[in-house]
Amino acid sequence: MVFLEFEKPLESLTEQLDKLKQVSEEGDIDLASTIIELEKKLVEKRKEIYSNLTGWQRVQLSRHPERPYTSYYIDQITSKFVELHGDRFIKDDKAIVGGIAKIGNQSVVILGQQKGNTTKQRQYHNFGMPNPEGYRKALRMMKIAEKFNFPVITLIDTPGAYPGMEAEERGQAEAIAKNLFEMAQLRVPVLCYVIGEGASGGALGIGVGDRVFMLENTWYSVISPESCSSILWRSWDFKEVAAESLKLTAPHMLEFGLIDEIIREPVGGAHLEPEKMAKTLKSHITKQLKELMPMDPDERIEQRISKYRKMGEFEIVGQVKE
Amino acid sequence: MGWFKRLKEGVSTETINKKAAPDGLWHQCKKCGETCTSKDLADNFHKCPHCNYHNRITPELYFDIIFDGGKYKELFSEIQSKDFLNFTDLRAYSDRLVEAKASKPGKEAIVTAVGKVKRRELVVAAMDFFYIGGSMGSVVGEKISRSIEYCLEHKVPLMIISKSGGARMMESAFSLMQMAKTSAMLTKLGKAGIPFFSFMTDPTTGGVTASYAMLGDLNFAEPGALIGFAGPRVIKEFIRKDLPEGFQTSEFLLEHGFLDFIVDRKDLRERLGDLLHFFRVDEHVDDLAPETENIAPIQTAE
Ligand SMILES: [Zn+2]
Repeated sequence: MVFLEFEKPLESLTEQLDKLKQVSEEGDIDLASTIIELEKKLVEKRKEIYSNLTGWQRVQLSRHPERPYTSYYIDQITSKFVELHGDRFIKDDKAIVGGIAKIGNQSVVILGQQKGNTTKQRQYHNFGMPNPEGYRKALRMMKIAEKFNFPVITLIDTPGAYPGMEAEERGQAEAIAKNLFEMAQLRVPVLCYVIGEGASGGALGIGVGDRVFMLENTWYSVISPESCSSILWRSWDFKEVAAESLKLTAPHMLEFGLIDEIIREPVGGAHLEPEKMAKTLKSHITKQLKELMPMDPDERIEQRISKYRKMGEFEIVGQVKE
Repeated sequence: MGWFKRLKEGVSTETINKKAAPDGLWHQCKKCGETCTSKDLADNFHKCPHCNYHNRITPELYFDIIFDGGKYKELFSEIQSKDFLNFTDLRAYSDRLVEAKASKPGKEAIVTAVGKVKRRELVVAAMDFFYIGGSMGSVVGEKISRSIEYCLEHKVPLMIISKSGGARMMESAFSLMQMAKTSAMLTKLGKAGIPFFSFMTDPTTGGVTASYAMLGDLNFAEPGALIGFAGPRVIKEFIRKDLPEGFQTSEFLLEHGFLDFIVDRKDLRERLGDLLHFFRVDEHVDDLAPETENIAPIQTAE
């Protein structure tokens, strides 16, 4: 198990507990009551820590190396998954995975950024940082969904779009812009879930939908706290402050009206009970689709666009000139 | 998002006003180092007479250049930024806003106007790099959205002049969502068959490029402008390599297929006149009638 910085109290408790269990199994001393006591203490401590997380701690949790990624959820939530590859122009971007599948009786197109569980896998998936081909691959799948009336489900988990030279040459900006434009007017329901990191345009590039949800321990922002720190504070040392200032947590985003709902995670984070998390997600998707599928497509699109139209805070000063 | 760094490095932030530039003041070109008088510079569309470097100019100067007789009506100037997140980095966002508003009262990182170009109406939303780096926050998204609604209601084409370091970080996810907002609103313009011209000027980066700037029916740019998603410094730091000469310039984007053409500032008004002739929304004009005006042939910018 990997413990994050702020989870250190849990680490020592867990170690104690493991030792007790070992002794109890090996020896003749009955430690059952002590073990139960300690387990209780662990649950309490976990609750205490997790009921009071800072922005930066949420960012750390969203990047937890054991956190379930897109492929895991696809595997758990869907059946008959047929993975689709390629953008039909340049290549198959491994930072985006997706395809056609069933959720219950409903055919869907499901896709998202994939990070990978081992170093090798992480490199293979480019750490979940898509190139333009990734966004074009995603759009191609969404267009298939539109043509055959499958709803689209996107799972967002990226530290950002890949900032490389080739990405610029092949139009990273154009690829993202095109997705925003096309997703806004896709004729099928679009559900977006931030399952980990929601960094900037790289996240939004598959993130325009009828409804957008965030798992409890995720973040969504115009820039990562680290980059924000380096630009606005001119130093890498202010990431914690930046994370607070950016108000990037799910509760903030809900309060701002920029997302529709928060999906609760098991106490301690999705990685502690990934199967439970996947189950929650599946039933949530099913419920959402029941509401959105029967709607008239034009009305759905109109509502989607009006939702985004309303996003923004400003003041109206003086006389309205016309 | 790199506007802050660029400002820090001493990029000129003075706004050059054509009318206010007295004779005899000298201007040194930041590209070729040659000097000319401020008047010569102003008379040359604020381009260097020696190397044709296009200096950054304000929305008002673009309006002067573009619209017939320099006449236009400003729209939506009542919409202004506020610090709704109480964002403070090394300075409070509210202080930055006070300063920006004092230096350009009633203005914003984007100024929107309607006027006539060669007798045809055009709505122009022009970004102002001198206003907090031309950064895109809620006001930019709102003014663009209202401009689109104005265009839909009055059946007028839209041009956005981009000049921005990217998103306004002090508005966090709200600034991010302006990308979705403006792109979603542009679909309405598309469906109504109203043309949208995206004109990119130096610099056009970050979330601005990755939304409306790349969504024009036609995308064009001034020569030598920096256009990209990730800023050059970010890329350089990330790949730990120097970037080749001319990387992310207008010419680079034209070569890679992301621009329709490059237009010199002195030819902008003529070119727009031609475009508005082709992409006309006023269906009442009889296209089969003999031409009453001389349409200049479109020339390729050098
Ligand atoms: Zn020069």
